[in-house]
Amino acid sequence: MTAAEMVNKLDLQVFSGEKGLDREISGGYMSDLLSDVMGNADEGQVWITLQTHKNVMAIASLKELAAVILVNGHKPDDDTAAQSNEEDIPLLGTSMSAFDITGKLYELIYK
Amino acid sequence: MKVKEIIRILDARLLCGEDQLDYTVEMAFASDLMSDVLTQNNDHVLLITGLANMQTIRTAEMSDINCIVFARNKKATPEMVELAEESDIVLIECRYSLFKTCGLLYQAGVKPIF
Amino acid sequence: MSETITEEYSVTGGDFSRAGYASSQIKKILKRMDVDKAIIKRTVVAAYEGEVNIVAHAWSGKIEFQMDEEQIRIILDDEGPGIEDIEKAMQEGYSTATSAIREMGFGAGMGLPNMKKNADHMHIESEPGKGTKVEIRMERMVRE
Repeated sequence: MTAAEMVNKLDLQVFSGEKGLDREISGGYMSDLLSDVMGNADEGQVWITLQTHKNVMAIASLKELAAVILVNGHKPDDDTAAQSNEEDIPLLGTSMSAFDITGKLYELIYK
Repeated sequence: MKVKEIIRILDARLLCGEDQLDYTVEMAFASDLMSDVLTQNNDHVLLITGLANMQTIRTAEMSDINCIVFARNKKATPEMVELAEESDIVLIECRYSLFKTCGLLYQAGVKPIF
Repeated sequence: MSETITEEYSVTGGDFSRAGYASSQIKKILKRMDVDKAIIKRTVVAAYEGEVNIVAHAWSGKIEFQMDEEQIRIILDDEGPGIEDIEKAMQEGYSTATSAIREMGFGAGMGLPNMKKNADHMHIESEPGKGTKVEIRMERMVRE
């Protein structure tokens, strides 16, 4: 599944990084602790979080994540969106809670 | 879903709350940020988190949360267990990532809040 | 019964292992006094957010608790860096917390707004370089 297909199926908002929507998704990682994502997330995963600041994209880039989904209707900070465009990593959003969107993405990937 | 089913589905370990294996949670909330947990105002939700410190237990106490699943193989300290026991909070340790923990419970029918 | 209860707790800046102790004591009193459950929750969530703020930002502080038949008052008074711009601090998402505090599960800029949301009345005074005083009041009459 590509990030674009995930956006369609989960009805996600695309904030930025549209050029990266063809990235292939290998799995998901849910965390709000940046150090944890640095240590434990894997390449190609979709990162689900409510953190909105710029460091999120720096980590997504370093870990070569496929996309970032902001939950609970959070909007990215301006410099976070700018960085997502630079890195071509889609920055996405949903009004759903982390548990809700994680459950739905898990079903999409593993059913 | 009963506490004992959560433990079975997650292949998890119960740390305290042996007398509450039949306690039932309908809804779950997943976050590592206690600030986030403190803004949700449902009672009796299951908290799934990768943050294991004293503040996790305190936050549950203040928010009337009676059951916590620590994901990512996070370990609770004896001090945390003691505080949880004082407040009748069930603590469960699970080896899976937060993503997998939420995915499995969602599939098994636990509902999100809102 | 026209009893007035007052208590005072001291809070140490930086001591995260004890953060929440005062709020926990307050919760016990409120439960013992048979305060409405929803009011207890709003009160202790606001108190706890304030207590964590003192631990996260200030050097030391005290929390005063007063309760009579009509009202619950909690005054969180700290010696610390103070707040430069209170209006800004009240905005959701604005935070001056360090990354260490964020890794503790706080510092997302939700504390003061959440205190205001839970309290019936809230008043903040602050002097940069000296400290901050936050007062929250709850009416004991059940809403709805």
